[in-house]
Amino acid sequence: MSFPLLTVTAAVPAAGALATAAVPAARRAAAKWTALVFSLATLVLAGVQLARFDPDAAGPFQLTESHAWISDFGVRYELGVDGIGVVLVALTALLVPFVVLAGWHDADPLEPATPSRRWRPTQGFFALILMVEAMVVISFEATDVFVFYVFFEAMLIPMYFLIGGFGDRAGERTEDEAAAQRSYAAVKFLLYNLAGGLVMLAAVVGLYAVTADQLGHGTFSLTEIVQARGSGRLHFATVTERALFLGFFFAFAVKAPLWPVHTWLPNAMGEATAPVAVLITAVVDKVGTFAMLRFCLQLFPGASTWATPVIVVLALISILYGALLAVGQRDIKRLIAYASISHFGFIILGIFAMTTQGQGGATLYMVNHGISTAALMLVAGFLISRRGSRLIADYGGVQKVAPVLAGTFLVAGLATLSLPGLAPFVSEFLVLVGTFSRYPVAGAVATVGIVLAALYVLVLYQRTMTGPVEESVRAMPDLRVRELAVVAPLIALLLFLGVYPKPVTRILDPAVEHTMSQVHRTDPQPDVRVSNAEGAK
Amino acid sequence: MSHAAAVHRLWTEFPTAAAVDAPKKIPAPHIEYAQLSPTLIVLGAAVLAVLVEAFLPRRARHLTQLALSVVGLAAGFAAVVALAAKGYGTGKAHAAAMGAVAVDGPALFLQGTILLVALVAVLGFAERRLDPAAHGRPVDSFAAQAAAVPGGDAEQEAVKAGRTTSEVFPLLLFAVAGMLVFPAADDLLTLFVALEVFSLPLYILCALARRKRLLSQEAAVKYFLLGAFSSAVLLFGIALLYGYSGTVAYSGIADVVSGAVRTMDPALAATTGNDALLLIGGAMVLMGLLFKVGAAPFHMWTPDVYQGAPTPVTGFMAAATKVAAFGALLRLLYVVLPGLRWDWRPVMWGVAILTMLVGAIVAVTQTDVKRLLAYSSIAHAGFILAGVIAVSPDGVSSVLFYLGAYAFVTLGAFAVVTLVRDAGGEATHLSKWAGLGRRSPLVAAVFAVFLLAFAGIPLTSGFAGKFAVFKAAAAGGAVPLVIVGVVSSAVAAFFYVRVIVLMFFSEPKGDGPSVAVPSPLTSTAIGIGVAVTIALGVAPQYFLDLAGQAGVFVR
Repeated sequence: MSFPLLTVTAAVPAAGALATAAVPAARRAAAKWTALVFSLATLVLAGVQLARFDPDAAGPFQLTESHAWISDFGVRYELGVDGIGVVLVALTALLVPFVVLAGWHDADPLEPATPSRRWRPTQGFFALILMVEAMVVISFEATDVFVFYVFFEAMLIPMYFLIGGFGDRAGERTEDEAAAQRSYAAVKFLLYNLAGGLVMLAAVVGLYAVTADQLGHGTFSLTEIVQARGSGRLHFATVTERALFLGFFFAFAVKAPLWPVHTWLPNAMGEATAPVAVLITAVVDKVGTFAMLRFCLQLFPGASTWATPVIVVLALISILYGALLAVGQRDIKRLIAYASISHFGFIILGIFAMTTQGQGGATLYMVNHGISTAALMLVAGFLISRRGSRLIADYGGVQKVAPVLAGTFLVAGLATLSLPGLAPFVSEFLVLVGTFSRYPVAGAVATVGIVLAALYVLVLYQRTMTGPVEESVRAMPDLRVRELAVVAPLIALLLFLGVYPKPVTRILDPAVEHTMSQVHRTDPQPDVRVSNAEGAK
Repeated sequence: MSHAAAVHRLWTEFPTAAAVDAPKKIPAPHIEYAQLSPTLIVLGAAVLAVLVEAFLPRRARHLTQLALSVVGLAAGFAAVVALAAKGYGTGKAHAAAMGAVAVDGPALFLQGTILLVALVAVLGFAERRLDPAAHGRPVDSFAAQAAAVPGGDAEQEAVKAGRTTSEVFPLLLFAVAGMLVFPAADDLLTLFVALEVFSLPLYILCALARRKRLLSQEAAVKYFLLGAFSSAVLLFGIALLYGYSGTVAYSGIADVVSGAVRTMDPALAATTGNDALLLIGGAMVLMGLLFKVGAAPFHMWTPDVYQGAPTPVTGFMAAATKVAAFGALLRLLYVVLPGLRWDWRPVMWGVAILTMLVGAIVAVTQTDVKRLLAYSSIAHAGFILAGVIAVSPDGVSSVLFYLGAYAFVTLGAFAVVTLVRDAGGEATHLSKWAGLGRRSPLVAAVFAVFLLAFAGIPLTSGFAGKFAVFKAAAAGGAVPLVIVGVVSSAVAAFFYVRVIVLMFFSEPKGDGPSVAVPSPLTSTAIGIGVAVTIALGVAPQYFLDLAGQAGVFVR
């Protein structure tokens, strides 16, 4: 038996969570270092995965593992990665050390006198982050629908405690008000996602019933179902397939999040600490868009094609609605949250455009959005932690007192608005091209989202960083070494991938082509009126 | 010659000399004592416990009773395992004791579950470290003297004398014995006798709370009156079914229902096969059982009784009664009335949907943790009914698994409730649980695990159970039930989450309750609850296999 690399990649952060939680109450620093070490170990393992992954190998999944788990439910513990999965595992493993480092002081107890000897918020904070990482990693690796579902749902619980249990310092609110808003945000997050997950549960049960009925044994194995469907042994009735697709898609749309089930995200990201907000939007939400590609499209290709027009419209609404609301925000973190909703609109648009450029762009966008939002949110978090306020109006002229902070904020912001030369540009461009070749109107409308992105990012920068120096920021220190260590690598990556995205696309593209072939869609043939043959490929 | 005619002749014909010389031998009933040993062992322990109560000095009773109960229940469980190992659960399954008691897979599985549940529950019964000692003597959750008027002189005296109600142990054992027979009963009269044997001790146990005695007595009276009423309905239904079929044996009634009857009692010729009797009688028997499982619309007693009863009793009752009653319900529907399933399935659909929705929706407004758990138990009864309706071996095994999983979560949850206390005893009002996570992270975390299991979050036993019953229901064509189940799970999740929010995200109140440090007894009970909850969530396969093997009823 070969080395179970995928299991170990998920097990290391899980073990790290236990180890961190076990650190005695007084040894807070030890807990932080434990968490950092385990997250770095996970990063190393993810690197090994990337190194051992062969983009050109035949077959959909590599590094596969398969063990009996619950044979009564037809469940096997099956893991495997395709190009998309391996890249997203790497993204997760890359971002979590930064999250840990950025949140270094976020969970230090306020006052020395804690209510109980056993109350260990710092240990809990870092243990929960690692727990989320473990569950996200295994979700990216699972090729059994049931295994995926289990961790997709279970990750809500640590996430819920992270949002509700830890927040920004109160600022102008009283501690009680802040706690009330935090727990409201946490409950909203959990109920939205739990409702989505339970609808999916009905669909998962339905999938079992269909496979048990037609194959003689219920199964959740993605490869087996796809094979059986290909060979004609398994045939979904149209209505069943659509119902099951909707059940799955609803859960992923809540997670992603897609308009109109997006409303939990601004609350959650606003109330959570900046590193936790990064964990939500850059890591956890990716599971939603990833699962659309892996499960919705591959299990239910017919229904996916059927639903495409509606989903494209919803994605467009997300792009415009998120961008418009971002323009109108007075709260920095909520602004970034709405910007993310807009970007998730782009990702979903790319997926359901059903073209290789669109899906290739969408998968690349998942990576780029993760890095750019993490950079922007973390710098914003550093800014907020200095002033103790999330309101844009409380800042002004920061670039004069803290030029490095302002500079990194600008680069991250420009990445968010997809400036050419920075990573998100490539992916956004691909999504638009891919959409345009199939749905020209949708492609044109989506372009408006880019214009609005320029508006909200630049206005945010202008109001906070330029102008006369606000009294309250006059003594603001610039980025510290720890903070710089978080931001600098992310910005370097944004620049690198903006100029040379090939290392990532090289791994992603074969997987995207495989997905496309599952949906039986080919790129639209170039129209005779298109004179530029290169553009239509 | 019919039986009735033979009896008639006893007093119409003068016995002849020859008849006197050679009296007709009545064959002694054939009883397979070994196969009934689980029940007999527990009954024996119960009788011994009564003798202990009568003859041992007061000081020695508590420990003796605890040891006796644990040994009796463990021996009973060992007997169940031995029977299962000999193949009585599968190949050798048959109806023992002249067809009165079935020894088959479901019976043994449920008996094993009940015995384990009772073993854990006994630990909670014996806990004496939570309440402060009264006059230098340790006290448990039960009234000093049950017969004393609350607040009266006799009670004062009993408290001062440091008396305790160690009668709870024999009462528990008798109740367990009844519960062991209930899901195994293979004729309607045995069913009724078992029902009474386990119900009467429970009525008494409910009235024995040390604190809040009036509430406890009110609960007991309510439970007794409604229970007596439902027993009467059940008995009436039995009479009607007898009229319909001329027998009380399950297999005999099933034969008449399916039209395979060979002989007919001429005295009952006028009524045999009368469908009106069958439908009304069947409905009344079902009602009696649905009352016991706490399904809507027969659930009204649940919140009051759960709230008023001493918490260790509530935990035992909520877990074990549900197991026993669902076992009996399964056997009745699968053995007696399968031929009638086109009639009862729509009705049970309605009951299941109503139960899930009522339990989940009404729970949202509750402010007392015991009432909350009571409504949650109603919602869970609805989920289990969804599996019952599947009418397939898969349905049976999923229900068996769910019952086992649910029983231990419930026991654990109520055991945690006994720990959270203020000056007035247990602090069950939810507002007092605010900030528990800050003050006692471990207790709050354990309770959160149980709540997440109730909510059916993956990696807990609640999820595996829910998935099993929904899977069986969907395969049985009850997809709308699954959808209702999912919707009510979402509603139910809301109030479980609310409690978690309260414990972890609210600031502790200054005069809030404290968490009592329990003796190893309660700690063990809670530990077992957590271990089973996680084990059945992460690796349920072994137990699913066990339940799958136990999924066939003997006919």
